[in-house]
Amino acid sequence: MAISGDNVILEISDMSKEFGAVKALKSMQLKVRPGRVHTILGENGAGKSTLMKILAGVYQPTTGSIVLDGQPYAPTNPQDAAKAGLTIVFQELSLCNNMTVAENILATREPSRGGFINDKALVRKAAELVKELGLPVSVTDQVGDLSIAQRQLVEIAKGLSIDAKVVILDEPTSSLSDSEAEILFQIIGRLKEKGVAIIYISHRMEEIMRLSDDITVVRDGSYITTRDKTEVTIAELIALMVGRDMNEIYPPRDVAAPAMTEAPVLAVNGLSRGEEFENVSFDIRPGEILGFFGLIGSGRSEVMNTLFGMAHASAGTVAIDGAQVKITSPVEAIERRIGFVTENRKEEGLVLSHSVESNISMVALDGFSSLFGFLKRKRERDAAKAEVARLTIKTASLDTIAGSLSGGNQQKIVLAKWLLTKPKILILDEPTRGVDVGAKFEIYKIIRQLAAEGTAILLVSSELPEVIGMSDRVVVMSEGKVTAIADPDQMTPEKIMHFATGFAS
Amino acid sequence: MSDKSAASAAFKQVMKQYGGIFLSLIVLCVIFSVTNGRFMSVANFLNILQQVSVIAIAAFGMTWVILLGEIDLSIGSIIAVAGMVGAQCFAFGMSFVPALILTIAAGGLLGLANGVLTAKFLLPSFIVTVATMGIYRGMVSLPTNGAPAMIMEPSWTAIGTQSFIGIPIVIWVVAVLFLFNHILLSKTKFGRRAYLTGGNREAALYSGIKVDRLKIIIFMISGVMAAISGVLLSSRLFSAQTNAGMSYELDAIAAAVLGGTSLAGGVGTMIGTLIGALIIGVLNNGMNMLSVPYFYQLIVKGLVILVAVYLDVRSKRAKQ
Repeated sequence: MAISGDNVILEISDMSKEFGAVKALKSMQLKVRPGRVHTILGENGAGKSTLMKILAGVYQPTTGSIVLDGQPYAPTNPQDAAKAGLTIVFQELSLCNNMTVAENILATREPSRGGFINDKALVRKAAELVKELGLPVSVTDQVGDLSIAQRQLVEIAKGLSIDAKVVILDEPTSSLSDSEAEILFQIIGRLKEKGVAIIYISHRMEEIMRLSDDITVVRDGSYITTRDKTEVTIAELIALMVGRDMNEIYPPRDVAAPAMTEAPVLAVNGLSRGEEFENVSFDIRPGEILGFFGLIGSGRSEVMNTLFGMAHASAGTVAIDGAQVKITSPVEAIERRIGFVTENRKEEGLVLSHSVESNISMVALDGFSSLFGFLKRKRERDAAKAEVARLTIKTASLDTIAGSLSGGNQQKIVLAKWLLTKPKILILDEPTRGVDVGAKFEIYKIIRQLAAEGTAILLVSSELPEVIGMSDRVVVMSEGKVTAIADPDQMTPEKIMHFATGFAS
Repeated sequence: MSDKSAASAAFKQVMKQYGGIFLSLIVLCVIFSVTNGRFMSVANFLNILQQVSVIAIAAFGMTWVILLGEIDLSIGSIIAVAGMVGAQCFAFGMSFVPALILTIAAGGLLGLANGVLTAKFLLPSFIVTVATMGIYRGMVSLPTNGAPAMIMEPSWTAIGTQSFIGIPIVIWVVAVLFLFNHILLSKTKFGRRAYLTGGNREAALYSGIKVDRLKIIIFMISGVMAAISGVLLSSRLFSAQTNAGMSYELDAIAAAVLGGTSLAGGVGTMIGTLIGALIIGVLNNGMNMLSVPYFYQLIVKGLVILVAVYLDVRSKRAKQ
């Protein structure tokens, strides 16, 4: 028994939750102690989100009870949770983009007198908090103008602006670069010192091993075990989580990487765009996996957007198969057989309210229609069915709403829609963000398979192990410039991080 | 056996999608049948269909626009413009076919203006069409200085007054346009792209859908449908009235929303809109037969729309 003693701030016992016939939770239990980071580990669909939503008062459990700080705790809405001293920072951003950082952080708790908001006090209070947390933002900035990573940090600050006994962080680092994650880890350290209990949800194993004190594994809605961090290895945890052994995190290459003497399918030379990036040059061969690494704000995603025609370059050239091209819209990019799995699948990748089938066929629709634009529904359905089988997308049917699937399966749908266009060049921007370990491995296998079939893959990622584990070479960017193109012998985490932070020697 | 189960599955699908709204229509019919013996007759139903034709056709166009997450408030004015264009064509001695083509083209042109202002100048369609609603309404009066214009052309007035195989021509027009819009929306690439773009414009853009062009075409469809409504209305009135079609955009929006079209975009069908238009038609007709005063009719219509949409939203939420 890893957790003992009476010093328990939050205890869940015998909890279950049913949605109709679906049992999302069965026999769930949890003991969280103050001043410790307690990680909940499980694949997507294991019941973590349901559990968190119950703690937040969004759902009510079917059976079971919660004791918070010695008192029975049965919140019926998020305000109850906040009053009881429990704060949740959700994975999905819940900020108002049209308002300032200060207004967001102190939303619904604005300092006011007689119903009028005291703007000066608002800014002052928020600024104190931001300074205390060491966030790289100004409280008078509009949230809409911030990067996704900065927004995530603001979201966290918002959650911490309440004096909480228990703080739940749901995938807080999913859109943070390593240096930004570092800021968060420091914040967590300070909270621990204050005796706050932290419930932490993440898919990143390195991070979990570094931060956690206790780790609870859940699988299929059931409690599996709770271990002290010092008693367990990553391999053991993964095995507990997926219920099977998983020796390899990154599937090995079956086919050798293409020789550097081969003609590149894509050659980018001196590409620049305003203040976003400048003089970016690289090339990629068919079948090559070219990693792109850089901290948030290094300009990686902006380069990809420009290659895809969503933004226009101010200088530089792009050549495909040796011929210079000008791509000014996604339509042209797709005509040249470029595919783009963007970093925000919910915003730019999927029509969440539509079926799996209609999402998969979205880009390749021309192939499923006759001369007068009539859809060939059977052919469309067969193609979607084939992709669902090939990528092992777990869905009840082709008519299931895409938004109801787990993150990993949603990401596979986005992959499927591009695979139907048989791309020559496939851009993958953070393809495994918010995806559980099992689905991650499957996505890696798909990437390997595509490369083996001759697709040139541009793999943008904030996860250093992923970039190193998957790529043949790595383009490292820092502040809008390419600081290195690392060959395999240079691909150590330390070297790449040096280039990424601009301290290359 | 499998045929039967397929048929029952199809029926279930229809009931699942339109159950609430279809039920509302039946309930209204039952209420009016009980309160008035003359309501339940073939003649009266043809009458209702005729009365609802102008709104139904405009609502087909409106469904496209709302499906895209936009709105078109100018269609009432376009209805009036269409009548006036027709009247002026005949005043200049044109024959029926070119006059009809020109009238419909005028509707397309006004829709094009709405679409370009929305898609290319990036103005919100609500603002654009509030402005063009006024502009187009004003333009109606330009040729006659505010006076109505008579239309005596027999082919034109036949549309609103004659029958074909025992069924009024206007009903044929509604049927043909319903089929056209239904097939275009549910069976073609164009319709699918409208759904996708309405569901998530960004994702559509990244997937190579020409969203601006799509938006402009859809505003043109809305304009053309309104113009055809205008033809029907003016043919029934034997004239182009400067206040024709006033506030019809609200009935068209109501029909589309009653039929389950989501103002957020991405959801809606022509079948739903047709049922929605019928509800409005049945309400108008039933209350007129009961001699309910006009102001009561407005109140009842508003309440029915609220209740029907609430029931629909609630049943959809329960399914999630």
